[in-house]
Amino acid sequence: MYRAEIPQIGAATAWREAARGFLAKNVPPDQILWGDDSASPDLFGADAAKPPSGQVKVPRSFISMADKVVWHRDPSRFARLYAFLWRLRSDRAHMQDRGDADLSVLRRMEKNVSRCQHKMKAFVRFREIGEPDAARRSFAAWFEPSHHTVEPTADFFVRRFADMDWRILTPDVSAIFEGGKLRFEPGQPRPELPDDASEQLWVTYFRNIFNPARLKVQAMQSEMPKKYWKNMPEAAAIPDLIANAPARAREMAAAAPTLPPLRAERIQANLPEANPHWQAPGGDLPSAISACTRCPLHKPATQAVAGEGPQSAELMFVGEQPGDHEDLVGRPFVGPAGQLFDLLMAEAGLKREEAFVTNAVKHFKFLPRGRKRLHQKPSQDEIATCNPWLRAEIAQVQPRLIVAMGASAAQALLGSGKAITDRRGRVEWRADGLPVLITLHPSFLLRLSDAAAVKQARADMLADLRRAADWIAG
Amino acid sequence: MTRQSLEEKLAILSDAAKYDASCASSGSTKRDSRDGKGLGSNEGTGICHAYAPDGRCISLLKILMTNFCIYDCTYCVNRVSSNVQRARFTVDEVVKLTIEFYRRNYIEGLFLSSGIIRSPDATMADMVQIARKLRQEENFRGYIHLKTIPDAAPELIEEAGLLADRLSINVEMPSDTAVREHAPEKDPSQIRKAMGDVRLRKEAAGDRSFSGKRPARFAPAGQSTQMIIGADGSNDAKVLGQSTRLYSSYKLKRVYYSAFSPIPDSSAKLPLVSPPLQREHRLYQADWLLRFYDFQLDEITSVTPDGNLDLDIDPKLAWALAHRAVFPLDVNRASKEMLLRVPGFGVKTVSRILSTRRHRTLRYEDLARMGASMKKARAFVVAGGWSPGALTDSVDLRARFAPPPQQLSLF
Repeated sequence: MYRAEIPQIGAATAWREAARGFLAKNVPPDQILWGDDSASPDLFGADAAKPPSGQVKVPRSFISMADKVVWHRDPSRFARLYAFLWRLRSDRAHMQDRGDADLSVLRRMEKNVSRCQHKMKAFVRFREIGEPDAARRSFAAWFEPSHHTVEPTADFFVRRFADMDWRILTPDVSAIFEGGKLRFEPGQPRPELPDDASEQLWVTYFRNIFNPARLKVQAMQSEMPKKYWKNMPEAAAIPDLIANAPARAREMAAAAPTLPPLRAERIQANLPEANPHWQAPGGDLPSAISACTRCPLHKPATQAVAGEGPQSAELMFVGEQPGDHEDLVGRPFVGPAGQLFDLLMAEAGLKREEAFVTNAVKHFKFLPRGRKRLHQKPSQDEIATCNPWLRAEIAQVQPRLIVAMGASAAQALLGSGKAITDRRGRVEWRADGLPVLITLHPSFLLRLSDAAAVKQARADMLADLRRAADWIAG
Repeated sequence: MTRQSLEEKLAILSDAAKYDASCASSGSTKRDSRDGKGLGSNEGTGICHAYAPDGRCISLLKILMTNFCIYDCTYCVNRVSSNVQRARFTVDEVVKLTIEFYRRNYIEGLFLSSGIIRSPDATMADMVQIARKLRQEENFRGYIHLKTIPDAAPELIEEAGLLADRLSINVEMPSDTAVREHAPEKDPSQIRKAMGDVRLRKEAAGDRSFSGKRPARFAPAGQSTQMIIGADGSNDAKVLGQSTRLYSSYKLKRVYYSAFSPIPDSSAKLPLVSPPLQREHRLYQADWLLRFYDFQLDEITSVTPDGNLDLDIDPKLAWALAHRAVFPLDVNRASKEMLLRVPGFGVKTVSRILSTRRHRTLRYEDLARMGASMKKARAFVVAGGWSPGALTDSVDLRARFAPPPQQLSLF
């Protein structure tokens, strides 16, 4: 029979070393009596042999679990851990079996400790014990955790409060951080801590952030169990807040509406102008477009995207509709397709800033899917409803040539968006006499996955752009 | 007017801030002050330092810089036409409160909001100054959430994002019509543009430059928004439709639903009923199903004819009861997607089922140990030693979960 005494301070390392030794010597669980320093001495007076030492391989997930479970208050924790470790020797897969009864108990203990640690991080309340204007300020807290959580949680407070001295005193183990050094000392009875003026402000905050119209006492208590209340200054206010809440809510409901104060009218008459940073680009047409509600597409979109470019442009490009990026920025062809468009334009010797760039439909049509928006092709109806805006842009700019990029643009400009791959590269004439050169849409190139097809499409589109350049030059 | 003490201001300006639901302090960059040169840490998970009897967590010092406001939003306690007592913190007062509360471990950081004073730019500039002072003079490394004023200049929003962990812009109401009706000075399309701007800046800050240098992080904990529920006539389908659009368009971390609650000195234009807390709860459940359980909007909202969620049972159970033909599912064979649809199974339970069933057959007792709520799940699953038999299709299945009907009160 072996006996392993695990000290309260440094329990994780001590247990791990002891368990490693027993395992190396093949000592079965029923041959070991595990004891806490604080537990009552063993009545059966077992043979207090020192644990042997040795090296053993253990799943990593077990170690991280054991590092929590050792801090549980249950005296059986060391024995349970070792018994399960013993089982893992023959089959490491037990560690993945969430239905295993032994593992389930250990996981529950692990969860208890984690929760207790979390509550310690949340509910420790410091009071200032030094001078507020000292170079290094000094604070102390009295806390009563449910498990032995001071040691594993102390580092959290070091990471957070390293520029001050602090001590967390508990009946169990106390953590003391002085001059940048952390140490643990045995527990102590509750000390008298000096009053702290900030505590009054904190209670004031707690009382006022509470909304009496929505009493949910159960929800509060499940997250902040009563056992913690005695060390939290704000908790003293809770009974009073609960008791008065219904009356306060009734009072609010019963109070008759009041007349606005006199200053309200004066203030409202002098509201500041809207910030010019956010205004749509100038001109009557763009602002009319941005106010458009002719079809339901305007509702989910961020903004309408009007055409952009010099009013004297000889060349006009028409795409399908703004995409995800254009919808956010409010300018046409600035997303991935826009970048490709810029690249092709430059390669064809065209200057984007000299052309007028717009879309057949001015609002982004999409389907929300989680954190993404899926592009939806506009319907013939939507293209038709939006057509007056495109016609107005054409009338204003009066380009010498329009380039229709893709089916929707061809549909909008020529009344048919069919057979684009056959029609591309050709110039068709509108009823108003304007020539329209049909080409592909840059996003079509982005969607192709076959490298050869991409190369071909790119060459085609480039040829079309060069033709447009020639047309303008000629 | 006599001068208000710090405590009086705190009382007024925290009272004025309580209608903002968000108090999250999670999801930002990991940092600490182990070097002893600053104060505070952030470890990814949020910490709720206290809970108020309204069931809401108190993680941050949530205050208004001032509750003076030139706007007149009917639902808001701080609207210009209200007679509530007004106060205004100085920059130093907010900084001091934040630091002193933080040092005593009361809070994770600051959630600063404000009424609009003078102009949106002037107000936003003051808020940014508070954040700047906390970060640069106090070396504060805790959490900062700034409520962003949508009409403020983009430079101010940019600086706010570089100082704060999270930015939020409230959409206020589920529809543009309702915003125009209740918040006449606010422009719904401007609110969306500002949210789009925040998303773009955050994405730009995530791209490495050609030299491989990473630009300063912009609002690392993302952006969120809040919608008031029950002040206008929108049904839940409309509310959730708005959320899915917001999540997908602006990559929001969270949409908060805030049941409209009576306020002191309320406007005559709004119903003063007790806040629809249960509705708010169901909306959050539905929001979770949409984001983590791969439910589609119409699946959740088509269960009831009026497009509102069933208040008596949770939306997942409501969906399952309306689609019983799919059940019972065999936990030993069903796909992950389908297991996520079982009422009483959470994301964790499902991943435990999947990892354990690689090794052996699951029995009924295993499921409870894996964290499943079997009271709900038992009617919908088959496991070793368990078959629900006729239970799945029994007529009174809904009645087993719904609270017993209450006699109407005569008063």
